[in-house]
Parts: sequence; C-alpha cells; structure tokens
Amino acid sequence: MRPPAVVLSAPGTNRDLDAVFALERAGADPRVQTIADVRLSRRVLREAAIVVVAGGFSYADALGSGRLFALDITTFLADELRLLRDAGRLILGICNGFQTLVQAGLLPGDGVRAALGPNASGQFECRWVTLTAGPSACLWTAGLTEPIMAPVAHGEGRFVADDTTVRELVATNQIALTYATSEGVSAEGKYPANPNGSVADIAGVCDATGTILGLMPHPENHVINRQHPGFLRGQRHGLALALFTNAISQVGATV
Amino acid sequence: MGWGAHGHGPRVWRVVIRALGVDPRERALLDDARALGITGVDAIRRADLVFIRGDLDDRVRARLLDELLVDSLLQSAVIDDAPAPERGVRIVETALHAGVTDPVAAEIMRAAALLDIKLDGAATGRRYDIEGSALSNGAMNRLARRLLANPVVEHWSLGEVTPSFADGSDANAPVDIVAIRDLEGSGLRKLNRERGLALDLEELRTIQRWFTSAGRDPTDVELETLAQTWSEHCAHKTFRAEITLDGGERVDTLLDQLRAATASIGAPWVRSAFVGNAGIVDFDGDLIAVKAETHNHPSAVEPFGGANTGVGGVIRDVLGVFARPIATTDVLCFGPADLDPAALPEGVLHPRRVRSGVVAGVADYGNKIGLPTVAGAVLYDPGFTANPLVFCGCIGRLPTDRADTNQPHVGDRIVVIGGRTGRDGIHGATFSSMAMDATTGDIAGASVQIGDPIVEKLLIELLTDAGHLATAITDCGAGGLSSAVGEMAAGIGADVELALVPLKYQGLAPWEIWLSEAQERMVLSVPDVGPLAELCARRGVEWSDIGSFTGDGRLIVRHRGHVVADLDIDFLHDGRPQRHLTGERQRPSTNELTRPLPSDANSVLLALLSHPNIASKARIIRRYDHEILGSSVVRPLTGARADGPGDGVVLAEPRSKSGIAIGIGVNAWYGEHDAARMAEAVVDEAIRNAVVAGADPDRIALLDNFSWGDPTRPATLGSLVAAVEGCARAAITHGAPFVSGKDSLNNEYLGFDGERHAVPPTLVITAVGHVPDASAVSSPDIKAAGDRLYLLGRSLAEFAGSHFDLVAGTDTGAGCVPAADPDAPTRYRQLHRALRSGLVRAAHDASEGGLAVTLSEMAIGGLLGVEVYLDTIASDYATALFSESAGRVVVEVASEDAQAFVSMMEGHAVEIGRVTTAPRIVMHPVIDVDLDAARAAFIGDDA
Repeated sequence: MRPPAVVLSAPGTNRDLDAVFALERAGADPRVQTIADVRLSRRVLREAAIVVVAGGFSYADALGSGRLFALDITTFLADELRLLRDAGRLILGICNGFQTLVQAGLLPGDGVRAALGPNASGQFECRWVTLTAGPSACLWTAGLTEPIMAPVAHGEGRFVADDTTVRELVATNQIALTYATSEGVSAEGKYPANPNGSVADIAGVCDATGTILGLMPHPENHVINRQHPGFLRGQRHGLALALFTNAISQVGATV
Repeated sequence: MGWGAHGHGPRVWRVVIRALGVDPRERALLDDARALGITGVDAIRRADLVFIRGDLDDRVRARLLDELLVDSLLQSAVIDDAPAPERGVRIVETALHAGVTDPVAAEIMRAAALLDIKLDGAATGRRYDIEGSALSNGAMNRLARRLLANPVVEHWSLGEVTPSFADGSDANAPVDIVAIRDLEGSGLRKLNRERGLALDLEELRTIQRWFTSAGRDPTDVELETLAQTWSEHCAHKTFRAEITLDGGERVDTLLDQLRAATASIGAPWVRSAFVGNAGIVDFDGDLIAVKAETHNHPSAVEPFGGANTGVGGVIRDVLGVFARPIATTDVLCFGPADLDPAALPEGVLHPRRVRSGVVAGVADYGNKIGLPTVAGAVLYDPGFTANPLVFCGCIGRLPTDRADTNQPHVGDRIVVIGGRTGRDGIHGATFSSMAMDATTGDIAGASVQIGDPIVEKLLIELLTDAGHLATAITDCGAGGLSSAVGEMAAGIGADVELALVPLKYQGLAPWEIWLSEAQERMVLSVPDVGPLAELCARRGVEWSDIGSFTGDGRLIVRHRGHVVADLDIDFLHDGRPQRHLTGERQRPSTNELTRPLPSDANSVLLALLSHPNIASKARIIRRYDHEILGSSVVRPLTGARADGPGDGVVLAEPRSKSGIAIGIGVNAWYGEHDAARMAEAVVDEAIRNAVVAGADPDRIALLDNFSWGDPTRPATLGSLVAAVEGCARAAITHGAPFVSGKDSLNNEYLGFDGERHAVPPTLVITAVGHVPDASAVSSPDIKAAGDRLYLLGRSLAEFAGSHFDLVAGTDTGAGCVPAADPDAPTRYRQLHRALRSGLVRAAHDASEGGLAVTLSEMAIGGLLGVEVYLDTIASDYATALFSESAGRVVVEVASEDAQAFVSMMEGHAVEIGRVTTAPRIVMHPVIDVDLDAARAAFIGDDA
C-alpha cells in the first residue's frame, strides 16, 4: 500500500506540487492540504504517514521567512504535529518549510535555539549544491552513503546558532546534512559550495528523535535523472529521491 | 515629532529593527552611493521600521516584539526610544505614501489578530544611519533621492519619518460632468492635457460629436473610459493605422501584415492568434499559451514596482486564457552601468539603480509566485539611459477543452476576484502612451505600484480549480475594470455597480474605482456564482459580484444606484477614427564591406567576451529561481560548472516525455541601419536558439514585442514598417507563425535640453517550440576532447551594427546589416533530425561578436579547448571571426558520428576544427587565447 502523505501549504507556498511529484515517485500517496483545509478537517493530517512542509514564500516572507506560517502552526497545529511525531510519523520541512519548523520551535527542538538568517551574499541564490549525510539520528538520511545533489533557491538560508548549540547538535546527532564540494568533501564554509554562509556547513538538521528533518536545499527537484544539471554531460549521480524512498521504507512498518 | 504623541486617536509606536552582525546589503548600498557620485559617506547602516497604531500596554508591546516582529538570534529592536544619533551620523528614514501596497503591514494586522492583539493600524519603512564627514542636508537629500528612497512611492525625512496609514477619507467623491460640447480645438487640447487623456484632436472631436448627438455632456467616468479604451496602449492605434510612405506608397496596417503572415503559414496547430490575452498553440495535444508584454514607462520611474507589476501583469494575461502559468521570461535593456552620473539627464534614475531595482522586481515576483524565470537577455546601450526597456513574458498550459471558449453569455454575472481596488495605478494606459519628461516621476506617481505576488499565486490555485465555472475571463491590466469589463462586454453590453467593488480604503471617486489599475485582479463571467464563491472561500480569495452582461449593447456603470456612465458599446470599441500616419522608408546599404583585421585579434576577442552585452549574466540569472517546478532540462546557465551561457532553454514537466523550448532574439544595434534586416535577423536568432536546444523547427510559434520611439515622426514610422515587413517575411520563410504581440511606442524622453531621447528601435522575438523528446536536447558547452566542430551557414562581410564595431572603435555603420539566409530553415530541419538521432554533442548559435565569441563560449562552458582553421570559414579573417551573419550554428560531433552527421546535413556542414584537451582557444592563424583568460573575461567577478 502506498503510504498516505500530506504536503502542507500556506498562502505563498509554491513548491507543493514539486513535493507531490517527489513523494509519488518515491511510492507515497501524497495530497496538498492548505492550513485552511487542515483547520476544517484534521483527519487527513492525522492519517498521514509523512508530512512535508513545502517550500515557497509563505505570507511573502513578511516579518521574516517562515515566521507567519509558524504562527499558524503554533496557533492551530502544534499538538497535531507533536502527536504525529510521537506516533513515529515522519515530518520534513524544505526551505521555507524548514524555516517554518525552526520558527515554530519544532527544530532543532527541545528548546534549542537556532535561526535561518539572510544569506552571507546578501542575495537570493539559485544554484546546485552537494550534500553529505553525517552520522545522525535522522531517519530520512539513514543509510545515505553517497552525496546527494539538489538546487538551493533562497535568500535566507544561513543556519545560525552559537558554538555551544552547534556542539550540542553534533553530540545529539542532529546535524543531518552538510554542504560539500562537488567532490563530496566538506565545504569548510567556502562559497559557493556553502551557498549561504551557514555555520558548520549545516544544510539540514533533525530533531532529537530523528523523525523531523528540515533542510534548505530542494531534494524534491532532483528525483529524476533528467533534472540533473549535468544530464547533458552524461551525469546521473546524486539523485535526491533517496531521501524520500528512505522515508517511505521507514514508515512502512508504522502504517 | 508632531504625530502620535499628542492628539487624535490611539498612539503610534515606532519599532526600529536591526540585523545582528554584518548586513551584506549595507556594503552594496555604500558601493552604490559611491558609484552614483555621492562622496563623503563612510558607512551606511540600515534598519527596518514598523509603525504600530493602537492602545498597547507594556506587556502587549513586549509580546508583539517577541512573538511577531523580532527574531532575537538575528535581530535586535527598540520600541519608541531610539537613541539620538552619534555625532557625525545622519539619519534618513523612508515610509510608503498612503495607498501604496504594503503587504507586510497587512500581515502584521492579520498576525496580531491571531495573537489576540487588537491593532488600529500598521505601516512599514526603513531607516538609514549614515556615517561620514561634512554630510550636509543637501547631500543627504541627494542620497535619499538617488539611492535610498523613491519619491514616486515613498517619502523621506532626515529625522523621524511620519508614516501614512491606509485610511482614506470617507467623503462621497462626486461625479463631474465635463462640458465638452462647446469646446473649440484649443479648448479640447487643453482638456486633453489637463486630464492626461493622450487623445488626438480628431479623436476628441469624435467624442464631442457623439455626445452632441446624445444631447448631453460626458461624465468624467465616460470620458476616462473612452480615453483608456482608445489609448495607444489598449487600442494599438499605430498598428491599426492607415500608413502612407514616401508621399505615395500605401501599405497594409501593421497588424494586418502580421496576421496575414500567420494566415498564409496556415499552421493547423495554432489554436488562437492575435485575439484575447495570449496566443494558444497545440503541440501534439499539449496546449500552450504564450504572451510577452512591455512595462517600460513604469520601470523608468519606479524600477522595482514597474518590473514587479510587469511580471504580475503578463502572468495574468496567461491566466486570462484559462491557462496555468509554467514559466516566465525577461529581456532587460539598460543604459551603461558605469555611466558618469554627471551625464545623467534631469529627472532620470541612474542605470545602475534602474538595473538593481528591475532585477529585484523581476526576482521578487517570479520567485514568490513560484514560476521559473528561465529565458531572457540583458542589453546595455546609452540609448536606454532615459528609457529603460522591460519585456516580460509568460508561458502557460491549459486544458484542451478551454482553447476556444472565452466568451461571456448574456445573463452571466460579472465577478471580480483577487486584490482590492485602491487609488493606485490610475491612468497607466494613457501614461504609457505618452513621452516622458523630467516631471514624469512626480506626476505619474499614482500610475505605478508594487505588486503582491502571493495574492496572484492564490488566483492561480483558484483558477486551476474554478476555471470551468466561468464562461469567460480577462485580467484587469491597463485601464482596470473599464478595460476588462469593456472588452468582455463587446457586442453584448454590461451593467455594473461600482459600490460593490471591494476597496482598500474609502473615498475613491467613481472614475477612480473604474480606472484603477490595482494589481492581482481578474474579471470572470459566471453563470452561477455559488460554486465559485465556495472555492474562493476555501482558497482565501476575495470576490465580488458587481453586475451582469446584459445583451442590450450598452455599457452602464452605476455608483450607489446612480448611472455614472452610459455608453454605446459599439461606439466604445469601433467609434475611434482610424489614424493616418506618414512615414519615410529607410534606404539601407546592402553592400558587404569587411573591416581591417586588428593587429591584436586576441585582445579584441577578450574585449568582446567582457563586453557587458556578451559577458556572463550569471549574477542576474542566479537571483531568479530557475529550478522550481522541476522542469528545467536545458538551463539558462550551462556547462561543467554551470557558468557558461545558454541559447534556448528547454522545460519539460517531470511526468512528461515532451517539453517546450524557448528562444529569444533581440538586437538593438542593427535597427538604426536596417530595421527590416534586423527583424529578419532576430526572428532567425530566436528560432535558432530554440532549435539548437531541441525544438522541432516545424512547431515553433513566435511573439513580437516592438519598443520604438514616436511613430508620428516619419523616419521612426518608416523603420517600424520595415521591421514589421521583416517579421512577416521571416515568419513565412521559417513557417513559424506569430500568435501574439505587443507594441510599446513613444519610448522617448523630452529632456530639459529640449532634445528628444528615443530608444534604439528594439524588437524582441520570443520563439516557443515543441520538443518531442526532452531527453534529446542540446546545450552549447563542448563535451569531449577529440570531437569535431562543424559550422552550419555562410559567413559574409556584414558588419553594420556589429559588436566588433562597438569594441574595435569602427562603429561607422558602413556596409550592411546581416541578411537573412534563405537556406536556414532547411538546415534547421536537418540539424533537428541529427539532434533527435543523438548525433549532436553540443550546438551553439553565432550572434553578437561572431564565431570567435561562439567558439570561446563553447569552450568556457565545456572547460575544454578548441582548435579551428579560419580558412575553412572565410578567406577574410575579420569576417570569419567577427561577422554576425545570420543563420549560423556551430555543432560538436563525436568522431564516430561524423559521417552520419555530415550525410544528414546534406552538404550544409563544414568541418572547421576539433575540441582539444589543451585549455586554449586557437583559431589559426590569428587567435590563440588561454582558456582561463577567456573565462576571466567572460565571467568577471561573477561566481
């Protein structure tokens, strides 16, 4: 059976259909639900094995990216998402969805404070990056041995946390994905491999349970070979579909 | 401070929010200030201002900061007690004018309500702390005007700025009767000027006669409706004019010439051409809508808002044929970025500022609405300094059953959906039909605005679900409701109540509601409002039923029940007298004439690669999301490091085998010499770009966008006629029909020097082609050492308007502009077959800078060398290297495929050299350039 998945959107979310395609491709049965839909009927959310908070510009990034979508979530859905997490369902926040989960306090979680600030370049950046999965508790990246490739398209993706917090995140196995060079070697803060100046090259973090992942790049835009930027040069590596198939095999047991 | 602290109603709290750490935008501001010639500034710090009006105690204010306005990891904030600036630090604060769209303020109101905090109003602004020496008030005001604020939409203060809240008055603004019947010619001209009607005397007299026979004077609503509907922008008076050339020769109207070309091609896959908001083609069952627009005047006075709403407007055009948008394009023309500020005409923004505003405006709308901005061009020329050009295109896909049904039925309700109506964007259609002068920015303030892409994104989602509920749809663009309802009512008539139109604030006069060009609105013709209302509620889209289509042939507009306009719909649409224009034909040279080969051809090549028109546009392209929707296959940046140039782009919906290719053709340097050849060359270039990427040459549709000067000047009209004739000829040659177009005339600026500054005649052609197999496509970057390089097409000594002339200082215009190659269509079909057969490793068109640039770009993207022999191309090396002859493509073919390729090209492919491992660009016997030097010239400091 294809596990049911919900792609959650707010006004201004715009990569919802990209996430739907990735989830379909990976074998899930996704549908888009707006915040307004979910407020009317929570059943669909409760039955979801996977929830993806999709990317975009929710509420036009007014007052900071993800801020107002997070306000919706904390006002209307905080309990629902916690229930899902506790039931072992997987939650993914991509780009604006990541910013939203951080603003809502679900990532890194447990009161740990982090933020996604303006890119060090001062500009929106659209370019492809290479990601490596470190040793982490994350169920989405579990067993990912090869680097994956995905585009970034954001103006506020610089992961900000103080040194103590970063050390804690390492200790608790919450740094799920880091930026790397095209050879798969740590970016060491260097632009453009690290496209936004994120501390410790952090591209994605998970919560302590490993069920919630947030990341700035867009794995949903690299789920077929034809999307690879080197497709015409014969390159086929780094398909990010693995992230989604991983998730589906993880939830297979729970639904 | 004279506001908030005393007096009327709840008080206003000011919040100053600063980024913690380094804000990289501050460095960019300082660079811009210096480039604009402002001296004595050492540092600029920026902060955001939020103004909150309401009765708020300490606790509530603290909650607002903590829970809504400030992220303490990224920002710090003070509320109401900003410390006095240090010595030597000056302040500039900006705030939006009343009525300018402020989405952030609207979100603050909505979010505060979620937090159970009652606010009375919100507004936003910016604050700049400027450090430096000897910063006088004069210098600060200059800095504010040139860089920090735009007086068109903002006001500023050298201290604490006073915000405007979107209140508006509640006055019942009246309807004026305009006494027109007794006016003489001079009185009509005066009325025309004072009301900004942009009509000519014969048109005014026609209106006068109609009302005289009706036995009454017009209301202001009626007069403004006629002026908008009859504007150049809406009515395309020049393209429908009767034209006489050289004192005797009569030519068909320009629009008829383009239509006739499309008709004579007779492509069965064209579903809709030159009617409605966008052209529609059927690519093997895939219905594609295409449209490109200009937004030149608004972008000149308010670059961000002008470009922003240009993108928003063309997306609505595609929505206006029931299509779902899938991509946008942009072609931008600016003055030189390094222009001496002292050389700037009065009242004109510096090209550097225009560029940063326009690019930010395109990026903001496209990125937020979630469409890939994939194809385009950026041109620099002194002719664009006072008149920058902004061409915005959009492509969409529609359900197969919607291509031929966009007509209201009598009895249908008229429903307006989307944004609210305010006093913004009034007179846009007539404004864009006039030449500009130094006061334009001040006067035209109300005709410019900022878009709200999130509202339009909601419209896309709504119309995807609800399109089948409407019989017809159109967008509210130029002319607002007057134009949208007026066009839909053609032939049947409508009856509308303006009091039912949702307003941003009260106090609008009826004519303002009717003409407002407030963004993000569409008008639907709906038999049954109920189901639509339900979907609108679910999607959070505002709607209002404002009237009905009547069938009585009259356009009746009411305000609170009183009739404020009653026009015969046929008079509105067909009553305008046809214009008669006279022009003079260009007499271009057709003589080929080469140039002396410079002694150092290597440096000419490097100078071409670093010329702003040829060099990498990556800095701009990366500001645009070109990956969203996951459909990009051939991207605007190509090659091993994604820093090489692209030709056409290919998009394919991830579930689909087939796709579309988009090619752009534009050249602003040929037209002064030979507008007909220019048109043929850019049509060829657009098609060639699409074909080298993978389009089937027999399934290509074209869009035309003309930006010209004042067509009442005979020489200007002559070049426009020549360009249209060239377009028609080229379309027929290639079998590629035009399906839509737009002309923007009067792109002129009347300086205080009394001289008119017109743009170079600029034709943008967009080619949209069917890609049968999106995996059988091609990019310009070379792929493997040892591969063979072939040239398709002839190289002739055609140098007039060439970039070689610009760079080598031989810009005399001597000789001729590149002529069309009649064999090109055959070659493109052969190339397409080779590409489908997998024989093409890389393909790149030759355009500005000639083959020397083409080959260098292939090497730059591929990170490999090339070695070619110029003797195989032409006996004259200058021609072989730098001529811009049309119809040429360089193709990379693997050695083992060479025989198959050559035989498929049937003698049209000439082998010119090889791809090499050695990182050098060698063109025997005169060019030998290190690949890194070429990359450095082309890429510059772009990462």
